[in-house]
Amino acid sequence: VADSEVPDCHSKVRITSSPRFTKRSSIKCICCSSLQFLLDTCKILVIGAGGLGCELLKDLALSGFRHIHVVDMDTIDVSNLNRQFLFRPKDVGRPKAEVAADFVNGRVPGCNVVPHFKKIQDLDETFYRQFHIVVCGLDSVVARRWMNGMLLSLLIYEDGVLDPSSIIPLIDGGTEGFKGNARVILPGMTACIDCTLELYPPQINFPMCTIASMPRLPEHCVEYVRMLLWPKEKPFGDGVALDGDDPTHIQWVFQKSLERAAEFSITGVTYRLTQGVVKRIIPAVASTNAVIAAACATEVFKIATSAYVPLNNYLVFNDVDGLYMYTFEAERKENCSACSQVPQDLQFPPSAKLQEILDYLTENASLQMKSPAITTTLDGKNKTLYLQTVASIEERTRPNLNKTLKELGLVHGQELAVADVTTPQTVLFKLNFIS
Amino acid sequence: MTDNKTSKEQKYDRQLRLWGDHGQEALENAHVCLINATATGTEILKNLVLPGIGVFTLVDGHKVSGEDVGNNCVSITIFSKPKVTYMLNDVVLILQNRAQAATELLQELNSDVSGNFVEESPDKLLDNSPEFFHRFSLVIGVQLPESTYLRLGSVLWEAGVPFLICRTYGLIGYMRLIVKEHTVVESHPDNALEDLRLDQPFTELKHHVESHDLDNMEKKDHSHTPWIIVVAKYLEKWYSEHNSQLPKNYKEKEAFRQLIREGNVIHHIQRILTNENGTPEDEENFEEAIKNVNTALNPTKVPSATEDIFNAEQCENITSQSPSFWLIAHGVRDFVRNEGNGKLPVRGTIPDMIADSDKFIKLQNVYRDKAMKDAAVVSKHVEALLQSVGKPPESTSEQEIKLFCKNAAFLRVVRCRSLAEEYSVDTFNKDEITSCMYSTDSEMVLYLMLRSVDRFYQQHSRYPGVYNYQVEEDINKLKLCVNSLLQEYSLNVNVKDDYIHEFCRYGAAEPHMVAAFLGGSAAQEAIKIITHQFVPFNNTFLYNAMSQTSATFQL
Repeated sequence: VADSEVPDCHSKVRITSSPRFTKRSSIKCICCSSLQFLLDTCKILVIGAGGLGCELLKDLALSGFRHIHVVDMDTIDVSNLNRQFLFRPKDVGRPKAEVAADFVNGRVPGCNVVPHFKKIQDLDETFYRQFHIVVCGLDSVVARRWMNGMLLSLLIYEDGVLDPSSIIPLIDGGTEGFKGNARVILPGMTACIDCTLELYPPQINFPMCTIASMPRLPEHCVEYVRMLLWPKEKPFGDGVALDGDDPTHIQWVFQKSLERAAEFSITGVTYRLTQGVVKRIIPAVASTNAVIAAACATEVFKIATSAYVPLNNYLVFNDVDGLYMYTFEAERKENCSACSQVPQDLQFPPSAKLQEILDYLTENASLQMKSPAITTTLDGKNKTLYLQTVASIEERTRPNLNKTLKELGLVHGQELAVADVTTPQTVLFKLNFIS
Repeated sequence: MTDNKTSKEQKYDRQLRLWGDHGQEALENAHVCLINATATGTEILKNLVLPGIGVFTLVDGHKVSGEDVGNNCVSITIFSKPKVTYMLNDVVLILQNRAQAATELLQELNSDVSGNFVEESPDKLLDNSPEFFHRFSLVIGVQLPESTYLRLGSVLWEAGVPFLICRTYGLIGYMRLIVKEHTVVESHPDNALEDLRLDQPFTELKHHVESHDLDNMEKKDHSHTPWIIVVAKYLEKWYSEHNSQLPKNYKEKEAFRQLIREGNVIHHIQRILTNENGTPEDEENFEEAIKNVNTALNPTKVPSATEDIFNAEQCENITSQSPSFWLIAHGVRDFVRNEGNGKLPVRGTIPDMIADSDKFIKLQNVYRDKAMKDAAVVSKHVEALLQSVGKPPESTSEQEIKLFCKNAAFLRVVRCRSLAEEYSVDTFNKDEITSCMYSTDSEMVLYLMLRSVDRFYQQHSRYPGVYNYQVEEDINKLKLCVNSLLQEYSLNVNVKDDYIHEFCRYGAAEPHMVAAFLGGSAAQEAIKIITHQFVPFNNTFLYNAMSQTSATFQL
C-alpha cells in the first residue's frame, strides 16, 4: 500500500515499522488489512473485570478492538470504586462483567463487549477456542493456573509437532500495591504459569500453635477468632460461615480479637486490620492498575497486528522509589507439570504412606496443589485412591492415606492421574520406587 | 457526617492501607492544576480523581476537535455522552470547550472531588496573570510546546510550586519532575533492616537480656525464648573471647553461628532431649537465631542519606521560616550528637519471631519504651530550637516528632534541577548524556529526539510527519534539527538515522496505550509529591512502549 493511498484517518495509528522493530518486512505503515483485522475479526477475551479488567477493557476498546468478551464471577463492592472506574455507587451489588460491558458499549461506538457473569471454570473449550488472544487481570494464582491449563489443553500436536494455529497467546497481568507484572505466554512455546510457579510463593499462614496458645501480633488474635472461636461459638447460627463482606460479622470478630489481644497485652487490633486479615486484603490503587493494564494491552495490540516483537516475556514494575521496570525471559521448565507433556516423576519407597504423596503434591513449590484427587488403574479398573472434594468419597478413601503404597497394590512405574482445582486437565505422574 | 466518613473509608480502604488516613487527608487538601485535556491529561486526572484528590483545575484553550471525537484512540471518548445523544450532539460536542467537557465527565468518577476548568491557553495565562499558578499544590503540564513549558517552569520555580511535565509522543512516554526541594519522612522502603542494637545494646536491653538464664531454663522456656535474646547472650560469650569485637566477615559469622548451634546441642544433652531417632532436635528459635546472624550483627550506624540530611545547610541554619522537616532533623541531629552517642533514636519495632507471648511482648516493650524515651529527648531539643527562633512549642506536634524518629533511618530529600539548568549550554548534564549514549540504543536517544522535535516545532510551528505526505521530506528537516541540537551543546554522540525516521513516522501521535501507561505513572508521582510519602523520581523518565523498557536520568 503506497503511502499516498493510506487514508488520513489511519495517520494517527501509523506507527513505526522499520526493520529494526519488526519481524517481517518493512512495510510503511500498519496497512489497512491489519487494522481491518483488528476492527472486524479479532476476538479478545478479558478475564476479570476488576482493577485490571476495567482498565484493559477501556484500553482495548479505545485502541480499535471491537469484539471483546469479559468473564468475572464477582459483584461490585464499595471498596472497588477507588479504581474500578467503570462502576458507580449505584452499581454496587451488580455483576462486574455486566456493568463493565454496558459502560463500554454505551460509550465507545461500534464496540461490542459481551459479558459472562461466571467462573472461568464454568466455561468450556468450545468457548475458549473462539478467541485470538486471552488477557488476564486475575487476583488468584489458582485461577491463573486453571486458565493456563485450559489454553494448553487446546493445543494440537500432529506427530509430535505443535500446530501453531492452535496457539492462543495468554497475556497475564498482576498488581499488588505499587508493584506489578505483565507477561506474555505462548502456550506450548514459551514458559507457562506453572513453569515459573516459584515466582508465586505459597501464602504464609501462621502456625497453629502460635494462633492457639502463643499469639504475639494483632494478626494472630484475629486468626484465633476466625479459625477457632467462630466455629466454636457459632455467633450467627449453626452452619453460618464467616462472611468477610458482612460488616456485622467483621464487627464480632473485631470485638473478640480485642478481647484476645487484651489477654496477652497485645496492642494494635483495629477494625481495618481485622478486615484485612479475614479477607486477606491486598492493598490496591488506580495508578498501578493503569500502568500494568496499559503494558498488557500494548502486548495484545502487538500480537494482534503481528507487526511487532512481543515482550519476551516477563515484565516487573515497581514505583515505590522512583519508577523501576525490568524485563527478563522466564524459561520453560523441562518437566513442567502443566506444559511439558512429560509424566511427572514421583520418587517414594514402597513403604511410604499415601499421605506422604498427598503432602508432596500440596507442599512442593513447583506443584502447590490445593486438594488433589489421586486415581490409578489397578487390575484393569479405574480406582480412586483419595479424593477430598466429595465428602462421601473422602470418607471412603481416607483409610488409604495411612496405607503404604505397597499395601495399596501400586508397583514401580505405576501411573497416577491427579486432578486438582489448579488445572483443568489431570496431571500424570509416574511412581518410581526407591529403597 | 459519620455515614459519609464510613462510606469514604470503605471506598478508599484499599489505598488507605498504603498511605494511611494522614496521606488521604493530604490528598483531599490538595489542589492540582492539569494543563491540556488530551488523552494523556485525562488519564492522569482520572487516576487522581479516583483516589480522591481534593480539587482539580483543568486549563485548556482548545475546542473539542473532530479528532478527539472521531478518533477512538483518544481517552476523552470514554467519557463522551451515551451513544444516542452522542450521535445527535456530535456538532454540539465539537463546539464545546475541551476543558469543560472533560471536567464534567471526570467529576462523574468521584463525587468527593471538585473540578474547575479555565478555557484559556497557558500562554495567555502566563502573559496576563502568571500568579494564577501560585495557588496549586502541583501543576501538571501535558503535551506542551517547549516555549510554554520553559516559561511555566520558570514561574513555578520562583513560586516554589512543583511542576510535572508529561508527554506522549508516538510510542514514547516522557516525564520531567521539577521541584526545588521535596522532603520525605515516610519513604516506606521495601527491604528495611531492623533496628535491634545487638552490637551496642542500650542499658534497658542489656538488663532485659541479663534477666534470662538460658543455661538453666526449662525446655519449654528455652525453645520459646526470642532469638534476639539468644543472639545477645551468645554475643556476650563471643565478646569475652574476641576482645569485644563483632564477628565481621563470613568466617567469623560462621563461627558465631556454630557457637549457637553447639550451645543448643549442649543444652539438649544436659536435658537428654532428643527425638526418637536419637539426634538432637534444633529448636526453632535457635534456628531463627542462626538464620538472622547475618543481618542482626550489622553495626548500628546512621545511614549516609540521613547523614547528608544532618549536614545540609537547611538543617544547620534553622530560622523561623524553616519547615518542620528541617527543624525536627536538627533536633534529631542534636540527639545523635549527645544522648544518642552517635546513634539515631531507637526505632522501637521488632520482627515477629518464635516465642511465647509473654517473652515476646516484654521484649517488644523494652524496644518500644526506649523509642518513646528517645523521642521525648528529641522533643526537648526541638522545643529548645523553636524557642531559639521565637516560635511556640506547639509548632510541631508529638505525633510528627514520633513519626520522624521512627523513620529517621529512611529520610529522603529529593532536589530536582530546574529546566533552566537542564537547558543552559553552561550547566546541562553533558556527562550523563554522553555516557548514556555510548550505548546507542539507550533511552537517552529518545530524550535527544524529543528535544529535536521541539526544535522542529519552534522552526516550523508544527511537529514532523503529522500528515502522510510530510513524512519523507520531514526526515531531512528533523535530521537538521538533531544536528543543530548536538552542535549547540557540543555533544559528540551518534544518533542513528533509524530514530529520526521513527520520530517522523510517529507524527506526534498520542496512542491511547502509551497515554494510559503515562497516566498511571504520572498520577502516582503526583500523589507522592502531595502526600510526601514514597520517593518521587529524579528527574527525567522515559518509557519506550515498543521495547517495554524505561529509564530515569538526572538531567
